[in-house]
Amino acid sequence: MNWNTLLFVVFPYVALALAIVGTVYRVIRRPFTVSSLSSQLLEGRKLFWGSVPFHWGVVLILSAHLVALILPAGVEVWNRVPIRLYVLEITGLALALWALFGLGMLIYRRVSVSKIRAVTTRLDLLVLGLLLLQVITGILIATVYRFGSYWGTGVFVPYVQSLITLRPRPELIAPLPFILQFHASLFFVFLVAFPFSRLVHIITFPLHYLTRPFQLVKWLRRDRPVSSAREPVGAGRT
Amino acid sequence: MDVRAHMSMIFHLDKCIGCHTCSVACKNLWTDRKGAEYMWWNNVETRPGSGYPTGWEDQDHYRGGWKKGWVGVELKLHSRPKGLANLFYNPALPDLQDYYEPFTFRYEDLFTAPEGDDQPTAIPISAITGEPMNIESGPNWDDDLSGSAIYAANDPNWKDVPSEIQAQMAEIERVVFNYLPRICNHCLNPACVAACPSGAIYKRGEDGVVLVNEDKCRAWRMCVSACPYKKVYYNWSTGKSEKCILCFPRMETGQAPACAHSCVGRIRYMGVLLYDADSIQWGAEGNDEDLIDRQLEVILDPFDPDVIEAAKQSGLDDGWIDAAQKSPAYKFVKVWKMALPLHAEYRTMAMMFYVPPLSPVVSTIEEGLIRLDLPPEQVDFELFDNLEKARLPIKYLANLFAGGNEDLIRGILRKMLAVRIYKRRQSVEGEIDEATMNMVWSAGTTPEEIEEIYQLTTVPTIADRFVFPPYHREMAAESIYGDPLARKGETGVGYVMPPERGA
Repeated sequence: MNWNTLLFVVFPYVALALAIVGTVYRVIRRPFTVSSLSSQLLEGRKLFWGSVPFHWGVVLILSAHLVALILPAGVEVWNRVPIRLYVLEITGLALALWALFGLGMLIYRRVSVSKIRAVTTRLDLLVLGLLLLQVITGILIATVYRFGSYWGTGVFVPYVQSLITLRPRPELIAPLPFILQFHASLFFVFLVAFPFSRLVHIITFPLHYLTRPFQLVKWLRRDRPVSSAREPVGAGRT
Repeated sequence: MDVRAHMSMIFHLDKCIGCHTCSVACKNLWTDRKGAEYMWWNNVETRPGSGYPTGWEDQDHYRGGWKKGWVGVELKLHSRPKGLANLFYNPALPDLQDYYEPFTFRYEDLFTAPEGDDQPTAIPISAITGEPMNIESGPNWDDDLSGSAIYAANDPNWKDVPSEIQAQMAEIERVVFNYLPRICNHCLNPACVAACPSGAIYKRGEDGVVLVNEDKCRAWRMCVSACPYKKVYYNWSTGKSEKCILCFPRMETGQAPACAHSCVGRIRYMGVLLYDADSIQWGAEGNDEDLIDRQLEVILDPFDPDVIEAAKQSGLDDGWIDAAQKSPAYKFVKVWKMALPLHAEYRTMAMMFYVPPLSPVVSTIEEGLIRLDLPPEQVDFELFDNLEKARLPIKYLANLFAGGNEDLIRGILRKMLAVRIYKRRQSVEGEIDEATMNMVWSAGTTPEEIEEIYQLTTVPTIADRFVFPPYHREMAAESIYGDPLARKGETGVGYVMPPERGA
C-alpha cells in the first residue's frame, strides 16, 4: 500500500464510516450536546460581519461542488461558452474571498473577545484552523490552477464517483499537484472531525421548519401507546 | 369544541409590595447555574419603568409576538424562509447587555490579600470570563427607579398618554410605583413555539405548560426574539434555550409553583381554566380592541353541561373538571372580569392574568388629584367618580393590560373601589347608606359578589388560592413504562447525562 492508496482509498472510507457512526451515535444518544452553540448573545456585532459572509460563502461554494459532482455534464455544457466559464469562476472566487473575510472575522472574534474566549474549546479552534486551511487552499487552486470547474469534472468527479461505487481509482488523484491532493484529503479530515466537533450542527439545519405546523402540542399519555404486554402491578415480585 | 385544561396564575397587583421574594425563590430553585446566572424566569419590575430586559415591550426593536397578516396572524419576527435565512445571525436577538453581564466577587481575596494598611476588598468579576469587571447593570438595577427619571421616561407604555399627564408623572414618579411580577405567560398561541426552527418548544396538552425540549434545541435562538415578553433565555454555557417551566414538577405533586408559594403579599392565585383549542386561531386574529373579549370567549364555563361533556370526551377526568369549577383563576378572569392578560395586543393569548393596581387612596394634597377638603365619607366617592384623576393614569394601565382600552381598566378599578368602599362602610360604620349602594350598582356589582371578591382577595387560605387538580402522573407513568414499580426510583427531574456543553 502506498501513500496514495492510504490517503485516497483507505482514509476516505474510514473517515466516512467514522462520520456516519459517530454522528448517528451523537444525535441519538447524546442529543443534548448537539447544538450550533451560538455565541451571539455574548457578542453580536463582530459575529454579524463574520458569520453571515462565512456561512453564505461556504454554503454556496459547497453547493457548487455538489452540483459539479452530481451534474458534471451540466457544468460542462455551461462552460462551453468562455464568458460563462469566466462568470462562474469569478463568482466562485468572489464567494471564497467573501467567506475568507468572514472566517478571518470569526477567528479574530474568537481570540480577541474575552467573553467568546470563555466559551471556546480547543476543538473550536481546531475546526476554525481546518476551515482556514481549506478556504485558503481552495482560493490558491482557483487562482494558480485556474478554471477548476472546467478541468475538475474530468478529474475529481470520476474519482469521487469511483469512491461512491466502491471501485476506488486513486490513480486519478496521484498525478495532481500537491495542493489539490491536500485540498481533497482535508475534506476527509473534516469528515473525521464532523461528529466530534460543533460541525455536527450542519445536519440539524431545520428545513422542516418550512412545512411544520406553527403550534406544537404534546400529550404525555395520548402520544404514547399503552404497552400491551403490561404485567399486573407487583406481579412476579417478592 | 376541543376542550383542554390550562394551569393559569392570577397576579393581584393591588397586593404586590415589590419584595422580589418570588424572584429569589425561583432563582434558587432553577437558575442558580452556570450560563443561567443572568436569567430571571420570574422577575419583578418597577412600573413605570423600562423593565427587564431593558425596553422589552418595544416590539419595533425586538420584533416579538404576532401581527395581523393577509390571512390570520403571522410572526412579527420572520416568515418561515426568512427564519431559516436568519439562522446565521439573528438580527432581533437581545444583547447580553440588554439584560446585564452576570458577576460575582473574588471573595478569596479577603483571605489571601497580603498584610497592609488597607482593608482587602472583594472585587467584582464577570461570571462569564472570571476577569475583573466594572458593574454597569445588574438584577433590578432600576428597582424603584434607582433615583433616576430615565427608566420611567423610557417606559414604552406612555404611548397615547397625554404629555401633561406624563409631566405630572415625572414630578411625582418618586411616590407612585406599582410592581409587575412577570413569569412566562404560557400563551395559548405562543410565538416562541411557532418561531423555533427545530420544533424544540411545545405546549403540554394536559395543562398548557410551554416547555423547551433541550435535546432538540439547536441554539437557533429565534424563541428569544419571538417571545414578546422576553421570557425565553439563551444559556450561553450549554448552548440551549431555557424558560420558566411553571414548576411543573411541583404542580404535578399538588404544590404551587415556587414563586406563587413563596409570595409574601399572597398576590398569586392559581387554578384551572378550560379553553376551546379549536377557537384559539379565531381568538388571536381579532382586531386589537376585540382581543380580550375573544380570549374570554375562548375560555370556557366549567359549569356548562356541554362544556363538561366535551371535556370528558377529550379525556379530562372529574378531578380536573372539579378543579376548574373551584378555580380562583376562573373567578377572577371570567366571572368577575377583574383580571387581564399582559399586552393582549401581542396576540399570543397570554394565560397568566393581572388584576390591575389601584392608585394609593389618599396620601398627598395635589392640585386636581384628591381633594382633602371634602368630608371623609365623600373622599372615597371623589376617586370613584374621577378615576381619570387617579395618580396612575388609566391610559397607562390600559396600555399595559388592555391593549389601550381604557373602559376595561376603568370598569375593573371601579369594581375594586366598590369592594373597598363597601367593606369599609360595613366594618367601620356598620351600615350601608344609599350613596354606597348606588355606587355598588354603578360599578356593576352586587353585595354578594363584593363579599366573594373580598373573601378571596383579603382572607383566602392557601387552599383557596391554589386549586390544583390531581395530575395522576402515576397513571401516566403506568401507560409509558408498564409496571411503575419496575421503574421505581428512576423517574424524576434531572438528566440521564450531565447537561454539558457540546463541542
